Amino acid sequence: MNWTEFFAMKGYGLYVWGSYGAALLVLVIEIILVRHKRKLTLQQLRLKFVAENQMRDAENME
Amino acid sequence: MAINWFKYSAPSTFYVLAGKLIPWFAWPAAILFFVGMYIGFFVAPTDAVQSEAYRIIFIHVPASILSMIIYLVMAGYAALGLVFNTRLSSMMATALAPTGALFAFISLWTGALWGKPMWGAWWVWDARLTSELILLFLYLGFIALQASIEDPRRADRAGALLAIVGSVNVPIIYFSVQWWNTLHQGSTIKLSGTSMHIAMQQAMFTMLAAMWLYVITVALMRVRSIILERERNTQWVADLAEVKQ
Repeated sequence: MNWTEFFAMKGYGLYVWGSYGAALLVLVIEIILVRHKRKLTLQQLRLKFVAENQMRDAENME
Repeated sequence: MAINWFKYSAPSTFYVLAGKLIPWFAWPAAILFFVGMYIGFFVAPTDAVQSEAYRIIFIHVPASILSMIIYLVMAGYAALGLVFNTRLSSMMATALAPTGALFAFISLWTGALWGKPMWGAWWVWDARLTSELILLFLYLGFIALQASIEDPRRADRAGALLAIVGSVNVPIIYFSVQWWNTLHQGSTIKLSGTSMHIAMQQAMFTMLAAMWLYVITVALMRVRSIILERERNTQWVADLAEVKQ
């Protein structure tokens, strides 16, 4: 069996690879989004705590 | 040895635990995925009736099974959160919903690509297909409902009601091929045994295990962000190393 034959899947290549390709794509996108979400959440938390510390410092100055 | 399980129902402890568990699910998932793909494409023989098109089964069946299991687990967590007022259970339900929706989508998509060469149609309004489509809408409804409510605890309760009522649909999907005369084929794997080739079974169950571990991995990753967001006004979040830097 050669690779051309393998990818042709006896004429069902479009269906088989269309299934595997779409499934893999969707899962990879999900992983990227979940990781991005974590980065974003941590970033927002850092900003929030920095802002709160500055406010506290400002209050102490007065 | 007595383990205090309730300790892990506190978001602060579970956040750390989940972070430690993630690689233990992620790596086996990746390894089993490659093993499953190898068996599915290079060991499992060509099907006598469906030729090479049947190889879609290794992704279609596990994704479909998981779309139902994830729903039941999600509804279970949501119900726990509703009854015992445990915040973490509700967060787990919220974390599972998008992945469940994706698996329902994969099930329908791969089913369409299998239906076209085998039945001659991408889609038919058959009981199995229609109830799976309803499952996808239930997931999307759950996500949309929770997103539309500002107060997270109210969103949890509203989502839980929807999830619990919608779980009626899961046995309908499962038994649809027996209850109605469907175009969709019946189960090949039964408790009483199967006519399926051993390598085909191995590929299918390996892919099921890989996807199952994937679901746990991604749910744990997502719930960690949800915990941080909901607990943002607590001292333990402020004290986290990843927040302080």
